[in-house]
Amino acid sequence: MKREAPKSLADYSPLFFPGLMLIVFFVIPFSTMIAVSFFQRDPSGFYTPDFVFTNYARFLSLFFAKVLGFSLMLAVMVAICCVVIAFPFTFLLTRRPRKVQTVWLVCLLSVLSLSEVIIGFAWSTLFSRTAGITNLFVAIGLMKEPVALLPSFWAVLTGMVYQALPYTILVLYPALVRLDPTLLEAARTLGASPVRAFMNVVVPALRNTIVATLIMVFVFALGSYLLPQILGRPSHWTLSVLITDQAIYQSNMPFAAAMAVFLVLMSLALVGLTLLVGRRENAL
Amino acid sequence: MTKILNHRISRRAVLGAGVASASLLAMPSVLRAQDRSIKIGVYGGYFKKSFDEHIFPEFTKATGIAVESIAEPTGEAWLVQLEQAAKAGQAPADISMMSQTSTLKGQATELWTPIDAAKIKNHGNLLDHFVNKYPDGRIAGIGAVAWYITLVTNTDVFKEAPTSWAALWDPANADKLGLLALASNSFLLEVTASTFMGGTKALDTEEGILKAFEKLAEVKPNVRLWYRDEAQFEQALKSGEIPMGQYYHDVTGLAAADGQPVRSTFPKEGGIQDSGNWVISRASTMVDEAHVFIDHMSQPAVQALMSRKVGTAPTLKKEVLDLKPEEFAAVSSDIPPIIPRYDLYTTKADWINQKWTELIVG
Repeated sequence: MKREAPKSLADYSPLFFPGLMLIVFFVIPFSTMIAVSFFQRDPSGFYTPDFVFTNYARFLSLFFAKVLGFSLMLAVMVAICCVVIAFPFTFLLTRRPRKVQTVWLVCLLSVLSLSEVIIGFAWSTLFSRTAGITNLFVAIGLMKEPVALLPSFWAVLTGMVYQALPYTILVLYPALVRLDPTLLEAARTLGASPVRAFMNVVVPALRNTIVATLIMVFVFALGSYLLPQILGRPSHWTLSVLITDQAIYQSNMPFAAAMAVFLVLMSLALVGLTLLVGRRENAL
Repeated sequence: MTKILNHRISRRAVLGAGVASASLLAMPSVLRAQDRSIKIGVYGGYFKKSFDEHIFPEFTKATGIAVESIAEPTGEAWLVQLEQAAKAGQAPADISMMSQTSTLKGQATELWTPIDAAKIKNHGNLLDHFVNKYPDGRIAGIGAVAWYITLVTNTDVFKEAPTSWAALWDPANADKLGLLALASNSFLLEVTASTFMGGTKALDTEEGILKAFEKLAEVKPNVRLWYRDEAQFEQALKSGEIPMGQYYHDVTGLAAADGQPVRSTFPKEGGIQDSGNWVISRASTMVDEAHVFIDHMSQPAVQALMSRKVGTAPTLKKEVLDLKPEEFAAVSSDIPPIIPRYDLYTTKADWINQKWTELIVG
């Protein structure tokens, strides 16, 4: 069946609403941010409209490159951890009876109602020396004395994976539910073990879903600024933390905007690269 | 976490109060009795709680002006919000408590309505450094509250109170400290200069500041938490998770009075005396009521009430106050304070911030 090309203005009308939303919620704010990133910073006050590159020049240093590198690495790790945990979990979940699935999904949705602050403080208590899980390990004889598990990189990673996991599962769920069960049955009939069938049939069949989920979690994790502060050392602070510092505490909007623009461009570039690689592989 | 929950509830209470006052305004007969009402921004947490409990009701009783208190975030967040709102002709609060650095920054954009000294009866009794002036002499802010940042310890972990800021550098305290995360609110450069370099004068030159940074870098291995949010450190201090650090003398005193195992010590080099001003947003239409409020707050009786109930150091000369020696000691000290170099955070703000960030993150 050949789809007819739109001819009149009315044929384009379904695009108006999404287009308007995109302009209002993305194009306008992002353009404002780009404009501000070229403004002149006034150290004793706020900023004056101008066209200068000093904000970008300040960002281009080894120090900020390291922070940016760490932020991207952290977001990538969160994305990978989430998908590695969530994919098998969601797959097994979709094999359960409908009722069991509903209960699980409701529980997962309830995690989404927790704010980042609550999640941060809860994990900081769980990882603390005075009231944390290591006290439990001491009680059952696994450890000699309780230790503090934070601040550390692993604490930050755990908190962020915990926060992003429900989203990951919710994104993967529809695709896994729709997966044709006969694919697996065929693989099993041909003698593949359940694990082998999962790895060689289910995972490749849903490769595009997995890539899309990785990108979503990556972008989601990139914006996190509270958990790295609560659970990590300053060396684990993401670029978002430094952007907040500049915007809120130093009232240096132009520099904050320049860093944010840079962060958005870098993440767009990474997302683009991932899609490009994916397309090449599909073409083969 | 309880603090955050309380905070939430109090914010909700504010919203509730807003709805209540809106419904009052909807009734013309009640309008006449309640038409004078001002919005006052105060720092969230203990400050707001204490003001709501002890200070604002007295003010409403004395003047008939109702108060809607608003929890301000610390740091410059509130300054940014006020500035953005003023550009749009809005005043999220008529009067706000504003830090010295933020007051100076707000001056640059004429954010503050000048205060008429003639309307403040106790103007002559204010300590000089509590009158913040525009370069041309107009008054931008009047001292609202002063407080000390001191050396705090958990009494279960440290049986003996430390006596000097040098304890922060003691290798025995590795991974035990909680310090404020920003140069402009921790004032650790001033502490370093006062403890090891003979006073904050040493920060006059860039070489002096760099030397202070170098000395301060030695403290890094001892720091477990660089905090922005007070609740984060306070909880850890109470539980002994992070048993030493810098914190607010008044809040620590209140926590100790609640039975928590914490103490605040004035080191021999002095506590850091920081202060906030009352400032009036230029977008506010309640300028007369704001003056009545500032006048009320600058009375010796109210300053003494604040020292007793809120735990702040008075902004008026000691001799006009009726504080007993022990009441004075609870909020202040005879050891000369370390006065922060606010000028550095307006003139060299970006340079210091960059060095500072590199110091703690790098």
